[in-house]
Amino acid sequence: MRALPLLLVGSLALAAPAIAVQPDEVLKNPALEQRARQISSGLRCLVCQNQSIDDSDAPLAKDLRVLVRERLTAGDSDGAVMDFVVARYGDFVLLRPPMNARTIALWAAPFVIVLFGAIFLWRRRNLAAAPAGVTLTAEEQRRLDDLLRDDRG
Amino acid sequence: MFVEIGHFALALALGVAVVQTIVPLWGVARNDPALASVGPAAAIACFLLVALSFGCLMASYVVSDFSVENVAANSHSTQPLIYKLTSVWGNHEGSMLLWVLILVLFGALVALSRRSLPPKLRAGTLAAQGSVSVAFLAFTLLTSNPFRRLVPAPGEGQDLNPILQDLGLAIHPPLLYVGYVGFSITYAFAVAALIEGKIDAVWARAVRPWTLLAWTFLTLGIAMGSYWAYYELGWGGWWFWDPVENASLMPWLAGTALIHSTVVMEKRDALKVWTILLAILTFSLSLLGTFIVRSGVLTSVHSFASDPQRGLFILGILIAFIGGSLALFAWRAPLLKQGGLFAPVSRESALVVNNLFLATACATVFIGTLYPLVLEMVTGDKISVGPPFFNATFVPLLVPLLLLLPIGQTLAWKRGDLLGAAQRAQVAFGLGVVTTLAIFAFVRGGPVLAPLGIGLGVFLVVGAFWEVGERVVGRASGASAILSRAKGLPRSAWGTALGHAGVGISVIGIAAVAWGTEAIGMLKVGESLTSGRYTVTLEAVTPRTGPNYREDAARFRIVADGRELKPVEAMKRIYTARSMPTTEAGIRTVGLGQAYISLGEPDASGAIAVKLHDKPLILLIWIGALVMAAGGALSLTDRRFRLAAPRRVAAPSALPQPAE
Repeated sequence: MRALPLLLVGSLALAAPAIAVQPDEVLKNPALEQRARQISSGLRCLVCQNQSIDDSDAPLAKDLRVLVRERLTAGDSDGAVMDFVVARYGDFVLLRPPMNARTIALWAAPFVIVLFGAIFLWRRRNLAAAPAGVTLTAEEQRRLDDLLRDDRG
Repeated sequence: MFVEIGHFALALALGVAVVQTIVPLWGVARNDPALASVGPAAAIACFLLVALSFGCLMASYVVSDFSVENVAANSHSTQPLIYKLTSVWGNHEGSMLLWVLILVLFGALVALSRRSLPPKLRAGTLAAQGSVSVAFLAFTLLTSNPFRRLVPAPGEGQDLNPILQDLGLAIHPPLLYVGYVGFSITYAFAVAALIEGKIDAVWARAVRPWTLLAWTFLTLGIAMGSYWAYYELGWGGWWFWDPVENASLMPWLAGTALIHSTVVMEKRDALKVWTILLAILTFSLSLLGTFIVRSGVLTSVHSFASDPQRGLFILGILIAFIGGSLALFAWRAPLLKQGGLFAPVSRESALVVNNLFLATACATVFIGTLYPLVLEMVTGDKISVGPPFFNATFVPLLVPLLLLLPIGQTLAWKRGDLLGAAQRAQVAFGLGVVTTLAIFAFVRGGPVLAPLGIGLGVFLVVGAFWEVGERVVGRASGASAILSRAKGLPRSAWGTALGHAGVGISVIGIAAVAWGTEAIGMLKVGESLTSGRYTVTLEAVTPRTGPNYREDAARFRIVADGRELKPVEAMKRIYTARSMPTTEAGIRTVGLGQAYISLGEPDASGAIAVKLHDKPLILLIWIGALVMAAGGALSLTDRRFRLAAPRRVAAPSALPQPAE
């Protein structure tokens, strides 16, 4: 299991940590191995809690790692390997959720929030600026300038 | 006997907390100062009782009293004393007791604080704090009682989970909980202000030290947890976007926004309503984090359903406190008068932008963490939201914030000069760009984003100190004048600079992760493995016996760039009581980077699987967090915020002092 170990106690059984990818799994071709690692880090270990197969020591994760490497060795593109795994295990296996009707709210939310927040603030700015448009008498202006000078000092 | 005393004290504390909640409010309502002043005494009594209770549980652990279910399940007679002590909170029941202990400790600190608070605000705050104590004391007593006896008592305990048998457990949870729970005070202050219908700079000044204190500890707690996971779990990662981590990150983000918005409120009397809302939300996120972790709801919907008692109880607390305070907010917030106006280009606006981005980042983590759960409940579809999602959303939100930071902090209050601020930031920006270009020029290969990240970090660090530097050097001539000006600057100005520099330092550490390399191999004694700058050679594998485990220790010679370093050991352990295997990573620190070795399984020929990481500059990630926390601590010592500064002259109420 991962991270902040204490907080997991009581609710989870902790898996023994070790090094995940075993030496005998590593492909001879470094470019291919690099792609395998990249793909593995985006695939969820199905029997673990929020852990990629690249990090997991579970036997199922090992099977999946070997499978990914077999497909790559057979000449599949990265996309084809992903599709192959998703066809077998469903979207659940993807740590990066696909963008579709069910996840559009998830993907859009951060950008919608920041955008609406900015629009809201921009409109508020106009409200706040309005009273400043009232013309000041010469006396008021002089006092204001004094105050502003003090504040900077 | 300890156990019964502890149990009784805890029950008594619940009664006292009820008094702390009801009587002061009643006193305020009836305008009876005697009743209204019950709060402090009750808060202190409550703390003493829970401390007694906690001490009793700890004593049961020290003497290994296995007739207590909690001790039997989480301790072992052969455990070293330090782990017997930390076992107290290495389990659900005990950690809830620690949570409650810190909660009532904060109540007692407010009661003892000599800062002159308006009496109504103090009464309201202690009452609100008391209500949280009531809820969690009841939760602990009714669903998570650590004092339950076991008949017949077993002869030996089941040992603490081996992964937790580490100094990290002694440090991480208390720090994290002080952070989490510290925000309860801010929450209580907000509720009290809403009840009173009044909020001003006095309120902001009263709240700010508590917020800073909680934030500082939460920063340390998260950083400590991250480092612990890094060295203990053996695969060298430092942040996983795990729901449990997200649960601590959310209040941190909201709390960071809060310490910035209270500055605006204190100095300029603006952003009041937002600050109140933020204070409520920050603690609500702490509660949510507790719910997420304690109910097991994110592990699996099924584990929640199979033992729903605790989950439902916390869900009830969550709804009562979040819903209640938000309802109170909706009802009372319109009464709060908005204060100081400011121009679109000003320090205030810069801090508003800061809050916008931090709040959005927090919302992103919130949605990413809970979306799979909600989707599964609504449609039955299972999806995973993992690190790739957060990297694609959270990071783009933080980068603009960080780019604006050095400019925003040089803007003047009320009405700033954007061009001037940008000019003042240009040296820092220039240094950042030069760093980036230099790395591109001299470092072959590697990811494109890393040099940009380093440049951003340099920009942040230089920018953070540029502002104080200007204030110190700008108008002074001669070394002694500079020194006296440096001393004359408020500590909070230095704190701000340190805090922001810490962010930059962490950014550099995170960016440098991209240059890390790793290698895996099967090594027999005498064989070597190389990754990045390091070459390790397996020298010997020695079996050993520890107090409650057996281990195989693999000793490695390690050479960095042709230079021989002190040998390093990595271990594979079996904890005998649970027959559970763990690995202890072998780590050698060189400068700010580390060589990190973890062990895998041996094969039939006697070779052992070894994974070697070269992690350049990795320590900067946590050093940055320490610097951030140091900034928070330094700000706390600012004259204006001293928590327990005795006031000989009884001021009628804290008069707003001129800023700085």
